[in-house]
Amino acid sequence: MNPWLHGALYGVVLLAVLMTIVAWATWFERKFAGRMQSRMGPTIVGWAGLLQPISDAFKLLQKEDIVPARADKTLFNLAPPLTLFFALAVAAVVPFSPGLLASDMDVGVLYILALSGLTVFPIWTAGWASNNKYALLGGMRAVAQGISYEIPLLMAAAVPIVLAGTMSLGGIVEFQVQHGWLIWWPPGPGLFAFIIFLLAALAEGNRIPFDIPEAESELVSGPSTEYTGIKFGLFYLGEYVHTMISGAVMSALFFGGWDGPFAPGLHWMVFKTLFFFVVLLWMRWSLVRYRPDQLMAICWKYLVPASLVVLLWAAVTVVGGPA
Amino acid sequence: MAVKANIDSGRWGDPYLDLSTYTADADLMELNMGPQHPSTHGVFRVVLWLDGETIVKAVPHPGYLHRGVEKLCEKLTYVQITPIVDKNDYVAPMLNEQAVNMAVEQLMGIEVPRRARWLRTLLAELQRVASHLLWLGTFGIDLGGALGGGTSLFMYCFRERELIMDLFEGLTGSRFHYNTHTVGGNRHDVPAGWAEQVKQVLTFIERHIDEYVAVLDHPIFEQRTMNVGVIDAELALGLGLTGPVLRASGVDHDLRRDAPYHAYDEIDFKVPIAHGGDCYARYEVRVAEMRESIRMARDLIDGLPEGPLVGARPIKTPVQVKIKSGQAYVALETPRGELGTYVIAGGDNRNASPYRFKIRPPSLHSVSALPWVLPGHQVSDVVAILGSLDPIMGEVDR
Repeated sequence: MNPWLHGALYGVVLLAVLMTIVAWATWFERKFAGRMQSRMGPTIVGWAGLLQPISDAFKLLQKEDIVPARADKTLFNLAPPLTLFFALAVAAVVPFSPGLLASDMDVGVLYILALSGLTVFPIWTAGWASNNKYALLGGMRAVAQGISYEIPLLMAAAVPIVLAGTMSLGGIVEFQVQHGWLIWWPPGPGLFAFIIFLLAALAEGNRIPFDIPEAESELVSGPSTEYTGIKFGLFYLGEYVHTMISGAVMSALFFGGWDGPFAPGLHWMVFKTLFFFVVLLWMRWSLVRYRPDQLMAICWKYLVPASLVVLLWAAVTVVGGPA
Repeated sequence: MAVKANIDSGRWGDPYLDLSTYTADADLMELNMGPQHPSTHGVFRVVLWLDGETIVKAVPHPGYLHRGVEKLCEKLTYVQITPIVDKNDYVAPMLNEQAVNMAVEQLMGIEVPRRARWLRTLLAELQRVASHLLWLGTFGIDLGGALGGGTSLFMYCFRERELIMDLFEGLTGSRFHYNTHTVGGNRHDVPAGWAEQVKQVLTFIERHIDEYVAVLDHPIFEQRTMNVGVIDAELALGLGLTGPVLRASGVDHDLRRDAPYHAYDEIDFKVPIAHGGDCYARYEVRVAEMRESIRMARDLIDGLPEGPLVGARPIKTPVQVKIKSGQAYVALETPRGELGTYVIAGGDNRNASPYRFKIRPPSLHSVSALPWVLPGHQVSDVVAILGSLDPIMGEVDR
């Protein structure tokens, strides 16, 4: 098949599936949080509130679209779609089963890291263009956090690259199918790299306990303070997509991607992705938030040195270790 | 670091630091926090001058919830005042009622029956538990945000607080603005089976407080609260802080023990104190107080004496309370500190209203500590510190 046609068709299908999953992931999160907090969650719209995401989307579409009087209108309108775009673009290289991916790039991991680095820009743009001090503070926090956590994220993602000897996500998964999941084998570097990757991904995705740019108890709503209606919705959608894709990337890098017994690969990949999504939700609804300076301290004092050590460990393992 | 040096030079001096002497790395940002802000506990406004995210200067502006309650009370008869002051400290209305009625009783020289005094003590302690539960929940929100772990704690705390509300509803018929205290006694007697219900609720809450402490015994919580918003004993005494905030600064002062009223001289209790003076110490004191109050409430419900709830000549109509002259000051230990009620008799309505009615709210004093405490902290600490002071705006602004 023509690669362009394949990419376009796959992209449309992937977008549709991903958006549907994300929409009902919000329903699931609300139910999950409700159960955690001894309440019911959504129950009114549809059976067990299952139509709640649709109702939310319609509500957001109906809302008046307000642009603050002295905001930079172009940038203000550009930021929400860009957030979603960068979050979705990562999905192009995530292998859902052998051959089921938009593009098996040779530099897939690099592409993912580059795009997740770019997600800082729309958030900062939103913060700057809103002409609001809370949004500005939130944007500044987002930049500081995004740039700092990029480093441990990159180092941790480099560990599977070193161990598998390829930068393609599909290649890394293939390697794990043959040699065992990287989180277990070779013992050590994979596990620690995963922990660092998880923490850095939490920070990149602005999730509690690292959601300082949004910090609604301090900064009202951070960069999205001035946004209304569906633009606000796009920010949220972007955040959920980002979280979901982080889960997919984590399972591909460390947990063998589509590898698993009994069922076809796609099932396993989706299962693992949703599992990590639930883990992130669980953390979100259990923990309180760090302070920005503490967040920076964690990154520069612990995660960056630790990721360097783990990377070195992985290199030593490859050269002369059990692998 | 520059901020710290600048502020330390005049730490307990003038908090309204002259910004012309301050050298910032760049322009200062003037940030209006409130009155429309999710975590200012109502409509509180504090203006912050920020160097980056560090606070250089903070000026609080209370008054957005001012309703003129004191002036209003000068036009009402003594009996009518009780339901009005319920709305002052809307998290602990029981104690507001008690303060007013005690002041009137003192002016009229009425002796309150022993059963009523014990019941008032019991209600005060239950209200203290409810108020501290609400504080713990909202403190979680302040630290963890409305969409995070803080909200989980908030929901749990509200579940327990609801049980106490139910108890009050069973006794007084109303969940919040009780109007159950009258001049000379209490209006509503304990219904059948209520004592058992109280004991069950207390057991339930006591078990769950242990769970919350276990949840909060967490590095993130400790890092957010320890050494944040330190108020030392000197500053606390200088500003007239009372209640848990003062006790968290290491000052052993509690009106229930030091100037006993109700039945506090008849029962045995401990006053928990802490020495850190920071948000964590205030948390510790409040949790310890909750546990102590639960223990006291159990003793009180067991030992509730028999007898009448009102004196020999019950007050039935508003005009029955007429005081020609005199003045009285009554101080109660509410969950937030010393609630003073100062009444000068002999006002309008042929002596049926007070000439002057003054409330000394503990929250106003707590909030007044902010200019001293906030400078040098980060923006994120503002909500933690404000939350740990537990101000109720209805009471601050009256």
